[in-house]
Amino acid sequence: MVKPRNYQDNFNKADSNNTADTGITLQLVAIKKAYSIGTKAETEVLHGIDLTLKRGEFCALIGPSGSGKSTLLNIIGLLDNATSGTLTLTGVMTAGLDDQAITKLRAKTIGFVFQFHHLLPAFTAIENVMLPLIATNGYPNDAMRQRATVLIDKVGLKQWGAHLTNELSGGQQQRTAIARALMMNPALVLADEPTGNLDTRSADTVFDLMREVSKNSGTTFLIVTHDPRLAKRCDRIIELVDGKINSDKPNNAVVKD
Amino acid sequence: MREGFLQTLFIIAGVALGVAVIVFMSSLINGLQGSIIRRTLDFQAQIIVLPPTEVARSLRQTKTKPANNAILIQPRAQRLRSVDQWQKVRSFASNIKGVTVVSPVVSGAGFVVRADANRAIVLTGIEPETFLQLIALKTKIMAGTANLKTTDIIVGKELAQDLGVWLSDKIILQTATGANLTLTICGIFDFGNKYSNRSSIYVALRTAQSLLNLPGGATSVEMNLVDPYLAQVVAEQIQIQTGQKVDSWITNNAELFTALYGQKITFFVIRLFVGLTAALGIASVLVVSVVQKSKEIGILRATGTTRMQILRIFLLQGALFGLIGSIFGSAASWGLLIAWRNLAKNPDGTPFFELSFDPMYFVYAGLGAMLVGIVSAVFPAQRAARLDPAVAIRG
Repeated sequence: MVKPRNYQDNFNKADSNNTADTGITLQLVAIKKAYSIGTKAETEVLHGIDLTLKRGEFCALIGPSGSGKSTLLNIIGLLDNATSGTLTLTGVMTAGLDDQAITKLRAKTIGFVFQFHHLLPAFTAIENVMLPLIATNGYPNDAMRQRATVLIDKVGLKQWGAHLTNELSGGQQQRTAIARALMMNPALVLADEPTGNLDTRSADTVFDLMREVSKNSGTTFLIVTHDPRLAKRCDRIIELVDGKINSDKPNNAVVKD
Repeated sequence: MREGFLQTLFIIAGVALGVAVIVFMSSLINGLQGSIIRRTLDFQAQIIVLPPTEVARSLRQTKTKPANNAILIQPRAQRLRSVDQWQKVRSFASNIKGVTVVSPVVSGAGFVVRADANRAIVLTGIEPETFLQLIALKTKIMAGTANLKTTDIIVGKELAQDLGVWLSDKIILQTATGANLTLTICGIFDFGNKYSNRSSIYVALRTAQSLLNLPGGATSVEMNLVDPYLAQVVAEQIQIQTGQKVDSWITNNAELFTALYGQKITFFVIRLFVGLTAALGIASVLVVSVVQKSKEIGILRATGTTRMQILRIFLLQGALFGLIGSIFGSAASWGLLIAWRNLAKNPDGTPFFELSFDPMYFVYAGLGAMLVGIVSAVFPAQRAARLDPAVAIRG
């Protein structure tokens, strides 16, 4: 693993969200992840993952349970550290960054959508969408609220912005979670089974929304899914088996909008 | 806090109760202590300068070989003496910062006689203009006046009854020196203590001097201070400077002071346990909150909230529990104090004792509750800040 000479320089690059230079949002080189290192129970769950995601790509990450999808997603999302290998996000090498810098980089470049939306039930939909900006910029203000309102409109919840999230349906909650993920205008959105908890109709709506965002804003999406029907609607399908990329190919059959 | 409303309500109620108990008890106990001390000082001066104790000296005592002297020294009987140059002592004491009043006193034993009746008394010769500022004699006068002239005498209620006298009646005052004077009763006092009422009489300083054969003398010089608790320090200062024997009300009432100190310690322990109970309540609610909200904490971390911000959220929550609890607690204690003031009364309508009501109690209780809230939130906050977001989100 080659350490950058100056992490701060790398970090400053992240501040500018400079992906246009290379067109590459994410680059993984020989990423390995092991648990219980140095003990008899040591288990390697990722065995040297190489992966590059370009700007605006809409990718599905598929694979059987226990193949390491969630672990890989956590490492890409900077929620977990790889045992070895390098991760470059929007041109910033993450090796050696401290927790605060990692948090800042994550906030600026990555949006998360989870299977269980994990919205804060005590807050309204708009307040939930504002959260990432409040976390990084401090107290809420009109500009934040305005941007959150635009995003809530964009995900089709104009009438529901002022409602508490537990007053929304599952599909509406997930759309709110997508709006929250887009609040910081991230380069990469990681979605872990975003439709896994929804009925088919709501799943299609949410999926269509993510596609539309990707197309219009150039945001890269990496979607973990077990649903082959939805995977087939992605531009690229990456299959993970036993901690290795088994196949990674463009989906020629995808219906382009 | 918006979630788990009932949980929040209970813990705020717990903190409020703790604050109410502490504020109310502070007012009550400080009021009671103040009342006891005030009542004690109503009847005695805070500092009393006395002539040094007379000691018997051995004629065979040598400086070189004291161990060789096998002697028995009998303590000397103490004569009634004047404080040496008491005017100088008075002048010196008057110039000490914090001394409010200095008064010479002549005190000794005697008898009052009326017809066939006589009673043993302690006569006190006073200078009314200063002595009446020293003790609360004026407020205890039930008939007549406390402003004595040289031919006047003030007696207690029970003594007046025993002798069958009232205002303007004449009684004879005799002392062991053989002197006797006929004096007119100008005032009758009631100290609320039958023994004192029966055994104490007051006459003018000059009258007492001639009755006790101490012309121009004073058996003690007595004084009060702005802050009674400085009495011991000032007494020691006077003793060093004048060489006289100086007592303070603190040493004269050592038992009372021990009791008050014990009360203070007891109250401190009560406060400590009330504070601990509130702290444990807040901490337990926050620990449960961390467990319940671990997913949300994970999301906050994932969306860019730093560990320090998570830490601050929980510390702030602890402080808010303390602050809101103290506001309600202060209001509750205010109500309790008003209720006490209205209900706890003597049959004559006067209060048992004046409550020590200081608005600063609320400020201290509020700050204390916030501090308790913050301290008790430290552990849960650290736990929340240390949560691994990936693990927290996964659950």
